[in-house]
Amino acid sequence: MSARITLAVAGRVLTQVRRDHRTLAMLLVVPCVLISLLWWMFDDLPGGMFDRFGPGLLAMFPFIVMFLVTSVTTLRERGSGTLERLLTMPMGRLDFLLGYALAFGLLAAVQAALAVGVSVGLLGLDVNGPVWLLGVVAVVDAVLGTALGLLVSAFATTEFQAVQFMPAFVLPQILLCGLFVPRDAMPGVLEAISNVLPLSYAVDAMQELVARADQGEVWRDVLVVAVFALAALGLGAATLRRRTP
Amino acid sequence: MMKNVVEVRALVVVRGAREVLPGISLDVPAGVTGLLGPSGCGKTTLMRCLVGAQQVRSGTVEVLGEPAGSAPLRTRVGYVTQAASVYDDLTVAENLRFFARVLGVDPASVDEAIESVDLAGHRDQVVARLSGGQRSRVSLAVALLGQPDLLVLDEPTVGLDPVLRRDLWALFHRIADAGAAVLVSSHVMDEAERCHRLLLMREGRIIADGPPDEIRERTGAADIEQAFLHLVEATQ
Repeated sequence: MSARITLAVAGRVLTQVRRDHRTLAMLLVVPCVLISLLWWMFDDLPGGMFDRFGPGLLAMFPFIVMFLVTSVTTLRERGSGTLERLLTMPMGRLDFLLGYALAFGLLAAVQAALAVGVSVGLLGLDVNGPVWLLGVVAVVDAVLGTALGLLVSAFATTEFQAVQFMPAFVLPQILLCGLFVPRDAMPGVLEAISNVLPLSYAVDAMQELVARADQGEVWRDVLVVAVFALAALGLGAATLRRRTP
Repeated sequence: MMKNVVEVRALVVVRGAREVLPGISLDVPAGVTGLLGPSGCGKTTLMRCLVGAQQVRSGTVEVLGEPAGSAPLRTRVGYVTQAASVYDDLTVAENLRFFARVLGVDPASVDEAIESVDLAGHRDQVVARLSGGQRSRVSLAVALLGQPDLLVLDEPTVGLDPVLRRDLWALFHRIADAGAAVLVSSHVMDEAERCHRLLLMREGRIIADGPPDEIRERTGAADIEQAFLHLVEATQ
């Protein structure tokens, strides 16, 4: 592993994103628009619905967006031959993965700063815990999305297929993460499944931060998400082969 | 005198159910070596073996005295695939600077590489806006970074205009004159005369090996295409 190469990959990925103005705008603006839409939708309803659903949404953006962006970019990298070329160079598999995780983690941090800024500053989301911790959760969440995106890109041969992994991998996590039905109120089997899905913990962390702000709980959830992300990165590394058939 | 730059012995590669290389042996010395043969004869698979990108069933591949694909070789072997393996959304210079950082070579070599493939005028253009020939030259420039001791070039001149082809062959010879070994594959037989040495390949086997004029004399053919046909008929 080499810091020079990891930083080279991260820098290159960021340059590519910077050049793609439309993607960059979507990455940064869309979450702010969606969270505002959510606020507006609940505006006339009683019962602090925005405080209930807002945190979940803040946890989902980085995860979904980074999952999609990473699976498509790495698929492109596999298909164009650049990955094969890099692996004939002194590029460690972890250098490659961590470079991507670093670049998208940074992007997620900016994205989270904007979305949290809008939610707390403009829309009056009532956060009991420290606001910066929302950012930490969002970044870990983004790294998870990146790691899973890298992993599934190994099982897709076209960009069409890569995009199909989104409903297959991401939607079930959204349904079962406890946002629609509290996890402990689900049928036992679904609760058990939801307990082994990483997004559940990311949403838990956000909700905990907003509602009660037991920081110990939040860090425990963050740790669980981080372990999932590392496991996915490890599995992703196993799919990067220097020698292919 | 250094021994051969590449030594392949009894190499077997199986892809799917097909034995692409059924036990091939060959040497590549310094200079410009042409690997000629029809499409699908196993040229790309063989080249992938030399850079350590191909899973092999059995046999040995040694490059510069080390097992192919081993860590010490990763900065000493330049590889150009048939499709340009560069980032379309980066400029020429950004592509080269990135690969130079990965290789850990002096950033000054970036400009050198761009100039040697004659793209200095397109330095800051995004690769996606270049022509096909220009893109493949960007890919070639990446392989030149850090002055590798072996260049493995998979059909680098396909689809290029004659002037550019001539210039690229002149470049390959300059690189070889500076002491490196250059292995160039092609399915176009008329490129044979530009090589110091030829490896003629068919269906995963080497059917002739030697300088172009020697192969022509041995087969009594007027050109390499005729020589290839003689050799194929002789083995049937």
